[in-house]
Amino acid sequence: MPVVSTRSAVCVLGRFPALAGADLDVAAGEIVLLSGPNGAGKTTLLRLIAGLLPLRSGSATVLGVDLRRDRRSHRRHLALVGHDTGCYDDLTVRENVRFGLRSAGADVRQADAAIERLGLAAQSGITHRRLSAGQRRRLALAVAFARAPRLLLLDEPHAGLDADGRALLDELLAAASSEGRTVILASHELERARALAHREVVVDAGLLHGGVLETIDGDVVAQGTKVEAAVS
Amino acid sequence: MTILSDALAVAGKDLRIEARSRVTLGQILPFGVLVLLLFAFALDPQSRLLPNVAPGLFWIAVLLAAVLAVSRSFAVESEHGARDALRLSGIDGASVFLGKAGAIVLELLALEVVLLIGTFGLYNVNVRGLEVLIPTAVAATCGIAATGTVYGILAAGLRVRETLVPLLVLPVTAPVLLGATRAFDDALTGSTGDAWPWVQLLVVFAAVYVTAGIVAFESLLEEA
Repeated sequence: MPVVSTRSAVCVLGRFPALAGADLDVAAGEIVLLSGPNGAGKTTLLRLIAGLLPLRSGSATVLGVDLRRDRRSHRRHLALVGHDTGCYDDLTVRENVRFGLRSAGADVRQADAAIERLGLAAQSGITHRRLSAGQRRRLALAVAFARAPRLLLLDEPHAGLDADGRALLDELLAAASSEGRTVILASHELERARALAHREVVVDAGLLHGGVLETIDGDVVAQGTKVEAAVS
Repeated sequence: MTILSDALAVAGKDLRIEARSRVTLGQILPFGVLVLLLFAFALDPQSRLLPNVAPGLFWIAVLLAAVLAVSRSFAVESEHGARDALRLSGIDGASVFLGKAGAIVLELLALEVVLLIGTFGLYNVNVRGLEVLIPTAVAATCGIAATGTVYGILAAGLRVRETLVPLLVLPVTAPVLLGATRAFDDALTGSTGDAWPWVQLLVVFAAVYVTAGIVAFESLLEEA
């Protein structure tokens, strides 16, 4: 049974369908790269899988949960690292990781190990406000990895990281995959991400499969774009 | 129970943020004191009017400060995508509601102690019914915090949330202003027997909004 399975999934943001018919199957332990131009719908697809956005039509099953009926109960088993860190400015690195663990019902004693793993031990008592952009990205990843989620959704995870950080992230993702955790990452750093991923899915104009992209009033805004699934 | 322990985690997080950022202490508290001072200037401290209107002025100052506290409580969730992280955490909406409302209650109660001292000093009033004053303050504060938390999340996802929160919260809390003012008036004058129906009104108001928040907050959080 796939960890993620979507069929003709349509997601509408305002009047525009940001995702216009996504068919995607991802198996346990897979690392899937979502590529495509800015605004293509990669972030929307990740947020849809996380249950943060509702399905307009089609179907989506994530970790065995049908998102048409329930967009919440699978959330404790996944982590999403988006463009924002999801952390609080006035909490320290340790407090942010501990709150992330506590709110997910996980053991808060794992916090220090996760902080150490992401190379933030020296900053563990420093507030999020005082961290550099790269350190903030490491913190967001520490919160995500500390929970040991079954499904990791990463949106431009390499952005803002230095060379060591990027190499560390690649190691962590490979290790997560070997432990049977599933990773879906959207990235523009194709060379690095392709080296890591088992499969690449191209998202273009909200489409993973061919079709017409319309506003909900019926105006055609794009059509005939494609999906490609290639094994690296 | 998970719901209560999750609520404590959320409240602890909010209180820790407030303790570190000192927004409540450095901005909301001085704002409340300033409102009391301005009323005193406007209504002439020498006149006999001030002690008579002191309960109402006190609760107006509390309500205005509460609007700031509610806005602040949801502003921290808007920064860096923290609200999405909270939604993804798996914490039940009822726990988030109870935690955030609970933190606001504690902040407002601390604020009310200072404002009460200010009211005694500036408006020349004394308490003759402490046994009414305390339950009134607790019930009114719970009602204000619960209402503010419900409407705070309604406005949280909007660009105009800072201006919308007072427009939503202040009219709805008019019964709290009325009940708390009357009960406080009775507590100050010593006619405590007349205060209990107003305290009951405050308890019912708080119970209604706490229940509404527990039931509806999950959906409101999803839509924010």
